[in-house]
Amino acid sequence: MKPAAFSYHRAASIDDAVNVLASAGGMARALAGGQSLMPMLNLRLAPLEILVDLGYLAELRQCAEQVNSVRYGTLVTHAAFEDRRVPDASNGLMPHVATRIAYRAVRNRGTIGGSIALADPAADWLPTLIALRAEITLAGPRGRRTVAVPDFVVGAYTTALQDDELIEAITVPRQSKSEKWGYYKVAPKAGEYAKSLAIVLLNVPGGSACVILGAVDGAPLRLPATALAALDGADEAALARATRAELMASGRDFSGIKLTLHTTTVVRAIMDARAK
Amino acid sequence: MAGIETGSQGIGAAVRRNEDQRFLDGKGEYLADLQFPGMLDVVFLRSPVAHARIKSVEIPAVRRGSVFLANDIANARPIVADGATPGFKHSEYPALARGKIRFVGEMIAICIAPTRAEAEDIAQSCVLDLEELPAVWDIDVALASDAPLVHDHWTDNIFVETSIKAGDLDRVRSQAEVVVHKTSCMGRHAGVSLEGRGVLARYDRRMDELVVYSSTQFPHVIRSILAQSLSIPETKLRVVAPDVGGGFGIKNNFHPEELAVAALAINLARPLRWIEDRREHLIASPHAREHRYDVTAYADRAGRILGLSSTVTVDAGAYSVWPWTASMEAGMSAGIMTGPYDIPVYHGRAVTVCTNKSPLGPYRGVGRSGACFAIETMIDAVARAVGRDPFDVRLENMVPSSAMPYRSATGKLYDSGDYPACARQAIATIDVAAVRERQARGETDGRLIGVGMASYTEQSAHGTAEWVARGLPVVFGYEPALARFTPDGKLVLYVGIQNHGQGLETTLAQVAHQELGVPVSEVVVRHGDSSMCPYGMGTFASRSMTMAGGAVSVACRELAGKIKRIGAHLLQAPVDLVKLGGGAVSFGQKEVRLREIADAAFLHPERLPVGEEPGLESYAVYQPELSTGAFSYASHACVVAVDPGIGAIELLDYVVCHDCGTMVNPLIVEGQVVGGVAQGIGTALYEEICYDSNGQPLASTFLDYMLPGAAEVPDVRVLHIETPSPHTRLGIKGMGEGGAIAPPAAVVNAINDALCRLGAEIAQTPVKPERVLAAIAQAQNAARS
Repeated sequence: MKPAAFSYHRAASIDDAVNVLASAGGMARALAGGQSLMPMLNLRLAPLEILVDLGYLAELRQCAEQVNSVRYGTLVTHAAFEDRRVPDASNGLMPHVATRIAYRAVRNRGTIGGSIALADPAADWLPTLIALRAEITLAGPRGRRTVAVPDFVVGAYTTALQDDELIEAITVPRQSKSEKWGYYKVAPKAGEYAKSLAIVLLNVPGGSACVILGAVDGAPLRLPATALAALDGADEAALARATRAELMASGRDFSGIKLTLHTTTVVRAIMDARAK
Repeated sequence: MAGIETGSQGIGAAVRRNEDQRFLDGKGEYLADLQFPGMLDVVFLRSPVAHARIKSVEIPAVRRGSVFLANDIANARPIVADGATPGFKHSEYPALARGKIRFVGEMIAICIAPTRAEAEDIAQSCVLDLEELPAVWDIDVALASDAPLVHDHWTDNIFVETSIKAGDLDRVRSQAEVVVHKTSCMGRHAGVSLEGRGVLARYDRRMDELVVYSSTQFPHVIRSILAQSLSIPETKLRVVAPDVGGGFGIKNNFHPEELAVAALAINLARPLRWIEDRREHLIASPHAREHRYDVTAYADRAGRILGLSSTVTVDAGAYSVWPWTASMEAGMSAGIMTGPYDIPVYHGRAVTVCTNKSPLGPYRGVGRSGACFAIETMIDAVARAVGRDPFDVRLENMVPSSAMPYRSATGKLYDSGDYPACARQAIATIDVAAVRERQARGETDGRLIGVGMASYTEQSAHGTAEWVARGLPVVFGYEPALARFTPDGKLVLYVGIQNHGQGLETTLAQVAHQELGVPVSEVVVRHGDSSMCPYGMGTFASRSMTMAGGAVSVACRELAGKIKRIGAHLLQAPVDLVKLGGGAVSFGQKEVRLREIADAAFLHPERLPVGEEPGLESYAVYQPELSTGAFSYASHACVVAVDPGIGAIELLDYVVCHDCGTMVNPLIVEGQVVGGVAQGIGTALYEEICYDSNGQPLASTFLDYMLPGAAEVPDVRVLHIETPSPHTRLGIKGMGEGGAIAPPAAVVNAINDALCRLGAEIAQTPVKPERVLAAIAQAQNAARS
């Protein structure tokens, strides 16, 4: 399949990109790494009149180290995280997550901003950024606004991003050194999208814990009761019971098989954090 | 073997492939590399629905002249592939749909434009007015008494049903101490070649002929059927297969795309080309597998199988593919069901069902992959039923070497070999005893280890008798070879096979080397062009090395005689005392080079012996003495780790012990085996196209369609046994498909060996993680209730 005709605009600045997006009446898309958008265009699944290429905006690749956080430009690639070419605020979680995204060829071009803008429920960054309490800076015709990630993700492929806005940066708070992270991902084969994905942050000295489950047919799911059980030192069987109970009470419709799968994923992510 | 000093290049030598030079340098020329002035790209407007009547196709006024419907290619007769079996229902597969649509992806219109993107725009601008009909999307739906009919003039949705009855099953029933009944099924999938299909047609004004380039496995046969379908003489048609990037059977059919493009290229007198994209390939190229099995084994209490009854039901999709017919899968499966086992009594039914899906066609391991899956999982089930190790039960049921040659219950003649010895080698190499110890210890990560095995016997290189018995429109009985020297003493082989990854440009040169001593790297093999090469059947059914190798051997042997006569004459030596080898004919210390002999033969007939005909070429046609096929065989054994928490399966080890008779090139044999295993692992664990109840395929890109990759295919350990076939020249048996036959059975047996501790069992491929979790959950529920 080849894409239908569209016009191409190489953005000269963030303002220029925003202006073009704003004037296209919803028929423009911002191009970051193109690892999802280009196949969708080829399959003619994404109706489009103007493609606004952000790729030449060097400022969107910048990272800034702040006292309590690191601000990542939207165009930082998965490979840049993987290779630790950008500062890390996450005690190594973000570089680790990046190594498990698709294949290296995809990671070379795919970007963190592009990934969260698409909000594929099976993708990796949204649950990670929710766990890390990251904030997203959006640029639009009305200026900049900052939203917390849980407020940004509305559901599967649905975000708070307006047609005339683009993601400028993602700011990740520096995590406590006493915090341990856990990660577990199930995919049908190497490099594929997740069938289940859990991110766990466990800070036993600090008395805090966070469990986020991804690949759940909607926005990533926070499991606070399970996180408490993890903090309380519950054993594997107890963790599994807590997870299953919380998933069943979540209001999401999980099949029996999905319950088993997600429960395993969560428990293994917690055990991964504990093993560090 | 001929009296040639072959050094390290002849039959059996691990020579590197001649053709790799161009492939590795990116110099291969595939269909999409061909360019002709004025050529337009074709996009087919394909049906978005499974079953409908076409009320109208609205073409925007500005697009008239760029969109063509069935009436615009009235010169294309529909494809008819009716089997000779009585009761086989007649159907017509039109190049472009007329009146009715029968599967998602069926072609309705041809759209042409200077680029593919513009042609897609045109296709998108057409509006289809369709009266949708209920979709026949599944075997059960198709067989329901009130099912909608895929072909309106039929009385039901069954292409054909056949049966085999060998021996007295009633007697076996009354004798059996153990009866095991088992159902199993294989998912439908695509045959994924790296290069998709493609066809380019242009009219050659000077030759007054249509030239059709197609990414096909059998260009000569395509010429015959295309000429027939277009009502033009074969002299006015040339079919060329350029480099073909994998076929696996998918490119071994006469495709409606070939017919449509050729017909329109004649009518428009313009070069047209169609390059299949991956989405079309997954949705609309011939599909593979989708078998259901219902098998009952009657055994004694030691697990010796006394008799077997089985029904295989195959979802053949909407149309019968040419030349194989819709019933090939079911027929082959039922015909080889007893496999390498000595099962004297067998009753088999084969039912071929018609549905609103892309037609089923041949795919590496045709039919036998399913039969192997059914019988091999049954062997394990019988072993469990009698409380014995499946490896022992398997060996005890096998045809012993003392029984060779052996005629199976279905009438197949197993020509040679030692099946139990092969199986024992596989068992020893995978080290079943060590796996059993590991299982007893348990895994720290909670995974379950399983070891499994599957054996098969594979009819290969079948000739006239077999194809006549199957009642196909064409009988693929032989292969030709024209061996021709150039005046400067170099050899060119012109053959009717079509090399698309099998290394035939090298292995045929090795056979020539065996007869003539010419350096393998200097032998040129020409194939794939109906105007250049002698008429042959192409490459499929694990036949090319046996058939074309035999023909090259015969032709070169004849040439060797002539070369010696000329050489002896030039040396003034007695012909029975000269030697041919090292690029020369020699007598004692004296020698005359091939170059001088060829020079004499072509350019200096005055130097030839009296009565010797000028020129240096030989044409031979070869067919095996026994045309029912040479039987290769193998045992595959593997170790898996099953993660019961997530249903994931990891292949920890994979061993193949096989016997394909004389190996011409062990490197190539090993590559073929490993490649086949990789595809078999795809069938076993990953590849599937499910359909929903509207007849919509649920996998149409590689996002949804899983193929095994480097991380999923283990390092396959291959052990060779060489028992030359008594019935083929050089003792060669076919081996191209074998690797793909056993993996579904071996892998599932290993998974079930792991899962039996949980009381769970898998009977369906691909074994996706959710199926493992479902089987475990089912076992847990059964244990609770």
